[in-house]
Amino acid sequence: MSASPRLVEVRQKVLKRNDLLARELRQRFQAAGVYVVSLVSSPGSGKTALLEKTLSLVRPNARVAALVGDLATDNDAVRLRRSMALVRQITTGTVCHLDAEMVEKALADWNLADLDLLFIENVGNLVCPSSYDLGENLRAVLMSVTEGEDKPLKYPTIFNTADLAIITKADLAQAVEFDWDAARQNINAVRPGMEVIALSSKTGEGMDRWTEWLLDAARRPFRCK
Amino acid sequence: MHELSIALSIIEGVEEEIARRPGARVTAVHLNVGPLSGVVKDALLFSYGLACEGTSLEGSRLKIEEIPIVLYCPVCRQERSAHSMQRLCCTVCDTPSAEIRRGSELEVSALELSSVGADL
Ligand SMILES: Nc1nc2c(ncn2[C@@H]2O[C@H](COP(=O)(O)OP(=O)(O)OP(=O)(O)O)[C@@H](O)[C@H]2O)c(=O)[nH]1
Ligand SMILES: [Mg+2]
Ligand SMILES: [Zn+2]
Repeated sequence: MSASPRLVEVRQKVLKRNDLLARELRQRFQAAGVYVVSLVSSPGSGKTALLEKTLSLVRPNARVAALVGDLATDNDAVRLRRSMALVRQITTGTVCHLDAEMVEKALADWNLADLDLLFIENVGNLVCPSSYDLGENLRAVLMSVTEGEDKPLKYPTIFNTADLAIITKADLAQAVEFDWDAARQNINAVRPGMEVIALSSKTGEGMDRWTEWLLDAARRPFRCK
Repeated sequence: MHELSIALSIIEGVEEEIARRPGARVTAVHLNVGPLSGVVKDALLFSYGLACEGTSLEGSRLKIEEIPIVLYCPVCRQERSAHSMQRLCCTVCDTPSAEIRRGSELEVSALELSSVGADL
């Protein structure tokens, strides 16, 4: 009864639902005039520490909020609430990355027009978040000096999908004999031309360059993916 | 490991597609995967089998075609293959380029269908 199989061409992006939702989010962000920055890194590279510091530094100049993804706890949200008002936790359970739907739900009752800058801290993971567009305007990938210079070569995809690389924990660089040139070379090999900022959330070195860069980027016209 | 999420998205998309073709049964799904998609082939094949259980795609095969990275070389002024994901440089003149033209794909390209009598 069944005929021989036939091949039907379709052209369908696997993540099209996420991509569409991310595009809608990006349009909403643009209409509301809020600039959205996501942070990705392996667990413990210093995303929350950088956000704590950043929020307190830019708050006088901008209205800021943050979404924080975490598998199980709300520790990071609690830390961030100390420095500012609007923080919301997204607990992903067993899911190892944020997606556009989680972001949309988390924002549901926020008035985006009241914000200038929105940060999204992704789940600590250098692999899975790379495939999911969250509607962000800028994706920053963090690597700490204690992780070693070769992280970009081991996780090229996440570096490749990022717009900015931040080398964190610069205060520990000497102790671990961090090779700055090698790190920059490796970043450039997987994402030619990407901007690199080195900083320490502990001592504050490099923070001025980052916040200037951020406020400047937020003022530039929106990029459209 | 987000390959299970990816597998579920593939199934969701394919089920949508065949809902428009009554009587068709999917025997294989053809998928283009670029190295920059962030998806690991073996993990995806494994997850796909699991995710298909209990769906109309149960028993179907996932046929993955790996798409090589192609970038636009500003010096050669044309599309060129890249050395590797770890070295995004033109294979002809060695110029680095972030202008990626292929290699990030994660898309269903075709379905193999067997009909159960009805029109496709
Ligand atoms: N010395 C030093 N320690 C830092 C710095 N930034 C973060 N840390 C420490 O590194 C550890 C992890 O920092 P977090 O900010 O929690 O890292 P995270 O990326 O948010 O971690 P997850 O959310 O679990 O992925 C903490 O003990 C921080 O105090 C830094 O600039 N210098
Ligand atoms: Mg954190
Ligand atoms: Zn060339």
